[in-house]
Amino acid sequence: MIRNGIVVDPANDVDCEVRDIAIGGGKIVEGVSPSAKVIDARGMLVMPGGVDIHSHIAGSKTNAARMLRPEDHGRDFERKTALTRSGVGHSIPSTFTTGYRYARMGYTTVIEPATPPLKARHTHEELNDIPMIDKACFPLFGNNWHVMEYLERGDVEGCAAYVAWMLRSTKGYAIKIVNPGGVEAWHWGGNIRGLDWEVPHFDITPREIIRGLCRVNQMLKLPHAIHVHPNNLGKPGNYSNTIKTMDCVRDMAQDGRAAIHIAHCQFTSFKGEDWSTLRSGAEEVAGYVNANRHVTIDMGQIIFTATTTMTADGPFEYILHKLQGRKWYNADIEAETGAGIVPVVYKRKNFVNATQWAIGLELALLVKDPWRIYMTTDHPNGGPFTAYPRVISWLMSKRAREGAMKGMNQSAIRKTNLPSLDREYSFAEVAMATRAATARALGLNDKGHLGEGADADVAIYRVNPKEVDPSNDYRAVRKAMRRAAYVIKEGKMVVKDGEVVRAIGGRTFWVDARAPDAIEARYRGEISKGFQDYYTVQAENYVIAEDYLARSAPISPGGGGR
Amino acid sequence: MTEVVLRPKGRFSVPIEASAITPENFASKTPEQMMALEAWEGNRRTSLGSLFDVEVGEVDGGEEIAITIVGDASKLRRVGKGMRSGRLTIEGRAGMYLGEAMRGGTVTVSGDAGSWLGAHMRGGAIEVKGDAGDYVGSAPRGSGRGMKGGQILVHGSAGNELGCWMRGGFIRIGEDVGQLAGIHMLDGTILVGGDAEARTGAQMKGGRIVVMGRAEGILPSFSIEEARNAVRAGEERVLGPFYVFVGDLTEDGVGRLYISKERNPHLRFYESYIE
Repeated sequence: MIRNGIVVDPANDVDCEVRDIAIGGGKIVEGVSPSAKVIDARGMLVMPGGVDIHSHIAGSKTNAARMLRPEDHGRDFERKTALTRSGVGHSIPSTFTTGYRYARMGYTTVIEPATPPLKARHTHEELNDIPMIDKACFPLFGNNWHVMEYLERGDVEGCAAYVAWMLRSTKGYAIKIVNPGGVEAWHWGGNIRGLDWEVPHFDITPREIIRGLCRVNQMLKLPHAIHVHPNNLGKPGNYSNTIKTMDCVRDMAQDGRAAIHIAHCQFTSFKGEDWSTLRSGAEEVAGYVNANRHVTIDMGQIIFTATTTMTADGPFEYILHKLQGRKWYNADIEAETGAGIVPVVYKRKNFVNATQWAIGLELALLVKDPWRIYMTTDHPNGGPFTAYPRVISWLMSKRAREGAMKGMNQSAIRKTNLPSLDREYSFAEVAMATRAATARALGLNDKGHLGEGADADVAIYRVNPKEVDPSNDYRAVRKAMRRAAYVIKEGKMVVKDGEVVRAIGGRTFWVDARAPDAIEARYRGEISKGFQDYYTVQAENYVIAEDYLARSAPISPGGGGR
Repeated sequence: MTEVVLRPKGRFSVPIEASAITPENFASKTPEQMMALEAWEGNRRTSLGSLFDVEVGEVDGGEEIAITIVGDASKLRRVGKGMRSGRLTIEGRAGMYLGEAMRGGTVTVSGDAGSWLGAHMRGGAIEVKGDAGDYVGSAPRGSGRGMKGGQILVHGSAGNELGCWMRGGFIRIGEDVGQLAGIHMLDGTILVGGDAEARTGAQMKGGRIVVMGRAEGILPSFSIEEARNAVRAGEERVLGPFYVFVGDLTEDGVGRLYISKERNPHLRFYESYIE
């Protein structure tokens, strides 16, 4: 029982009301016996546990980045305690440390958004090792040969059966698309620069890949929309392509649900001809999002620190490496995708970086519907997730933004609209951007709210939302968000006063997707041939058994657990 | 001046994390406070007091702190980390990361020193009477920021990857060095009194490396520039004659190798390429 807390639960229209939250059997319940354990949350902010929709926390590229960057370990490490393991890493923390750090901030669910299907086993091994939080991973489909072959033949049903089989086999949660067609072109040393470019050796365009997979997503009734990292990421002028990407599925929107999610939108909202004429395209992108309900986006905010970029977008990382001239990493994942890793330092005085910083915040402040804009740093691409409290303070306080802008490249700041934006997020809007809306977008019905039947994942922060003025006293909010007073996970107290008091393993959600029976039957005949033709492994060896997951939590499409 | 003498209470069997031993950490502290500073013995948290006997004495006034460790310090890591002033003397062998990231003051070792001596240091001076291990004055693993200033003098020999990613300052090794001396070097000077194993200056972009003894070979990505009689290394003028190579050309580098002409007859064929 959590007594007298000031509850912010936007999914249930509760905004800063003093309420008691009763917990039983790992769920939020209507009432508990008088003998129940009580947490006195008087004067504290009570919210659902945080739900991060996009954070690269596990998998082969995360691990490759750890190997590439031993210097990232030396500058930030945690010693073991009686309860927690030791760990290292500032931008790419080791698995256990990742779980502890999220938990300390009150996060209870985190999504790994880019898993090469062939490397899914590795991803799950790391997810198994990340304690404290529930998680899920998104397999990559946007450059997959099978997907492209089905779609170039116009066989959407076959593609749906393939995607369903892949999600079941890799224990994935949603369809991730990265630089559709572009990573395949990168296998040949090229890239794709527009929605209607032809993918080399395939009779298909990015537009057709996105539309095809959007249709597949709807056929399979997957809980989350297609999760898209558009072409041209990180290239000046890319905002128009981002809008075209969103618009290419506008006619496919169904019953008010999002048809497409654009990930880390800051990196694809650049205007200008080249780096010297770079401008913010946030106004145009946010304008489109405001006018079209079928789109959701997340920020991809950058933080001024040393961090590590990592993406399946190999050609983009090559460009970044060429800009910097330092070490990088590149991988080719057979017939599926690729990857690149480049360490970066975002600098306040750098014109491009200061512009990027402003774009992320402009997007968050210009998109009007708080259910469709989510807070991320695209960890670790924009900065480590441990910077979230700082991002929250920028969202909640114009003064915090002005303070930050003082030390920045002024010619960049002068060219953005950020100084003229007065909007400041309320606690309810912060709760949406960090848990309520993300859980809804992911279709995680038991997450992101505190109504009866929800998972008992609760974050309690030592700040009184009725008394504090976040606009002026943003430091108090930031401090409270860094170290939650209490975190409840599945009904158990796991964090107290910002320290882990109980180490638990989290669940891994995946979608037990099925195409209609007739299509599944046809597909079973095609699958082993597909693997014979294109893979170094057989289909039978590709499948990850359910018991490989430490705590498997399958979700049946259309809602509910199995 | 305050003199602090530390004597190990016994033989250490596991590595000791001893970064608390710096003149700054000891300044204006009582002996009890000094000995309460944290150290790690293997994976066990402990204090300096449980590892060392301490003696503190005052000598003719002044703020300066002089620390002396008497005995085998080869298991102690990161002694003098980030120190800015004062004196640190090890009468015996020193362990890994001695003087890491130091900015000032002096460090003296009467015996040998371990690897990572003066790693990414910015200022001050280190003198080792014996030999040093690998990575003298280097960058931390994975980082591109090696030694930036100050000087390291090793009377004996040094191991591999000396001055890796070095950005400035002066390293002088009295005897021989291992492979890949000055790898990734950007600036500063390395003077090797003895021989250098293979791949000296690999991927260097700037700076200078002087080899007085035999250089096992010159990487093919270096090009001979001239022969000259003397070169400046730190404060001194070193007499040759030397072959001067420029490279590493795979990095568009303009680093220079000064290789003793007399001790390297196997490089004589390069003379035909000097205009």
